[in-house]
Amino acid sequence: MDVDTSNLNPNDWMNAELSTGTSIMAVEFDGGVVIGADSRTTTGSYIASRVTDKLTRITDKIYCCRSGSAADTQAVAEIVAYHLEFYSTEMGEEPLVETAAAIFREMCYTYRGQLMAGIIVAGWDSVKGGQVYDIPLGGMIIRERVSMGGSGSGYVLGYIDANYKPNLPRDECIKLVSNTLTLAMSRDGSSGGIVRLGVIEGGKPIQRSTIPGNKLVRFYSGE
Amino acid sequence: MSSIGTGYDLSASQFSPDGRVFQVEYAQKAVEIGGTAIGLRGKDGVVLAVEKIVTSKLYEPGSGKKIFHIDEGIGMATSGLISDARHLAENARNEASSYRNQYGNSVPLKYLNDRVSMYMHVYTLYSAVRPFGCSIILGSYEKGQPVMYMVDPSGISHGYFGCAVGKAKQAAKTEIEKLKLSELTCKELVKEAARIIYMVHDELKDKNFELELSWVGKHTNGRHEFVPKAVLAEAEEAAKAAMEEHSDSDGEDM
Amino acid sequence: MDLKTEMKIPADFPFGSSSTASPSDYRQVAHTPITTGTSVIGIKFDKGVMLASDMLGSYGSLAKFRMIERLVEVNKQIVIGAGGDYADFQFLRDIIKQKVTDETCLDDGFMLKPRSLHSWVTRFLYNRRNRFDPLWTNFVVAGMQDGEPFLGVVDKLGKAYENECVGTGLGNHIAIPYLRYALDKKPNLTEQEAREAIVKSLQSLFYRDARAFDKYQLATITADGVKIENGLTLETDWSMADLSSGAD
Repeated sequence: MDVDTSNLNPNDWMNAELSTGTSIMAVEFDGGVVIGADSRTTTGSYIASRVTDKLTRITDKIYCCRSGSAADTQAVAEIVAYHLEFYSTEMGEEPLVETAAAIFREMCYTYRGQLMAGIIVAGWDSVKGGQVYDIPLGGMIIRERVSMGGSGSGYVLGYIDANYKPNLPRDECIKLVSNTLTLAMSRDGSSGGIVRLGVIEGGKPIQRSTIPGNKLVRFYSGE
Repeated sequence: MSSIGTGYDLSASQFSPDGRVFQVEYAQKAVEIGGTAIGLRGKDGVVLAVEKIVTSKLYEPGSGKKIFHIDEGIGMATSGLISDARHLAENARNEASSYRNQYGNSVPLKYLNDRVSMYMHVYTLYSAVRPFGCSIILGSYEKGQPVMYMVDPSGISHGYFGCAVGKAKQAAKTEIEKLKLSELTCKELVKEAARIIYMVHDELKDKNFELELSWVGKHTNGRHEFVPKAVLAEAEEAAKAAMEEHSDSDGEDM
Repeated sequence: MDLKTEMKIPADFPFGSSSTASPSDYRQVAHTPITTGTSVIGIKFDKGVMLASDMLGSYGSLAKFRMIERLVEVNKQIVIGAGGDYADFQFLRDIIKQKVTDETCLDDGFMLKPRSLHSWVTRFLYNRRNRFDPLWTNFVVAGMQDGEPFLGVVDKLGKAYENECVGTGLGNHIAIPYLRYALDKKPNLTEQEAREAIVKSLQSLFYRDARAFDKYQLATITADGVKIENGLTLETDWSMADLSSGAD
């Protein structure tokens, strides 16, 4: 006999889906993009990994920030990376960020009922420079100068509004991303760990860095 | 089949003993009797021009176009069998549309050219089909650069600064070679194109013809458009005037 | 033989369950809207049609995207506007844009007309609802046809009508009375009068629709073509707050 015990088990992590209840972010600046993410992966309230890498390579100059189901977003990112690898060999040139985003969108929209995936696609190409495309749950797509996703974003969008202005220089963008993520991680239980950062600039390989949990800026967190 | 070299021209799927595919060469012949088509790639765009021979006065003016829109920013000029060209235009349009559908932006001409020439080449491989009896010139303006390709019935294609196909291709090429293409703007090229078509038109063999002119470039915002009526008329006037001048100077020489 | 055993319900049929399936064996076919836009409103005037919508893409109650274009120029005589799921809108918009491109390629001198597009959208949405997979979007089609203004709505199931003034979503409740009032007073509005009625309606929507926003787009379609103004900002009046101060 088949008995469904999932509702009886007090340990939700035994049944819950491995998911990146997340804080991810990307900002365009003149000449490139800054991307960032926290590093927590949870199954329910259990932290399955505290050093996850949610900044995933699609091509050398195009990365995506993943939020939602880890399995879904990994699968989608791999498929898109495969498509673009093929595209580059067929066309003999690097794909545009726009193209990468379009393929992500196509999958996320077509399989919207089956997937749990909120993805930010960011990168650099010689036509439009640094670009950020947000593809949230329903499979829409929009280019934004600054974009944040994941469960943590709800707590800190106001912080971005207060601190972002167009044409922010590169280093200011990095600071904005790390501060925003730090704040999101402190308020969102599903986000945490370390801040992972990446900068993609024209002509250069991605520069990646991390800020460990104990080196994060300490904002007000009670007396 | 009495001697070597006969009987090998009935199918595209067989070589002749000296390594030729006659069906493809015959297809090229079909292009050589078509109205002349030229493409000029200047510094800010591409101009396409076709000498459309009108074989009967009973045809409506403007019917049976030989320049096609492929996508918002891509134009195609043809020479040879018009119905074959229409089929290729439809194929190219589908390619362009499917590319946009998959990749979210307009198809790079380089890729479209690869696809169309591959498609044409396939028709030179099998006995059940015949090669296309037309050549096509594809032109667009992308990423701030003019681009132009020409494909012949064998499926071979090249990128060009200036190209010509059809019955007067030699004369047209000679004229095109005299131009400093990379310095000329679309507006100047339109006049040159009209002049060349008028010049190479053989009045004795083909009485009437219509000049088709289209362009795509910076000034059209990357859209492929037929040249406006006023500009066309002006270019035609200039072409006719140049012809007059030419015949006058011929007279002096004599 | 019992008729029921003859007619087997296919295992993947979305509704009802076959005798062997357990009660939990169902699948959800239709989707729920995720990123949404609120109302679109429109009104005819003496020389054309005017359409307006705010630029907010809501994510539940979160005002997530604030620069979303919900009015789109289809060709020189048509604008479409949409409310509801924004992904679905983008999906249909891309199909319509490709239709227009295909038509440009034909180059036969014909152009898609608003009444045709309105009818086509009707068929498309109704077909999707018959496949139990509706697009979660309400559309407004506005344009000029044979020198006359056209204004029509299609809801997410394909229900459609034309009117002198239209509104989708809350716009149907809040904006329509204003627009009708304006038209009752003077059936042939000037462009300026139409604009005033539209802006007033947008203001009311902003005051009373919790998913509305003060940044908006306004499209004007006349015989001269399409003009879309992006990123306009509504002016608001809160002076009445003083009247109710001290009240609960």
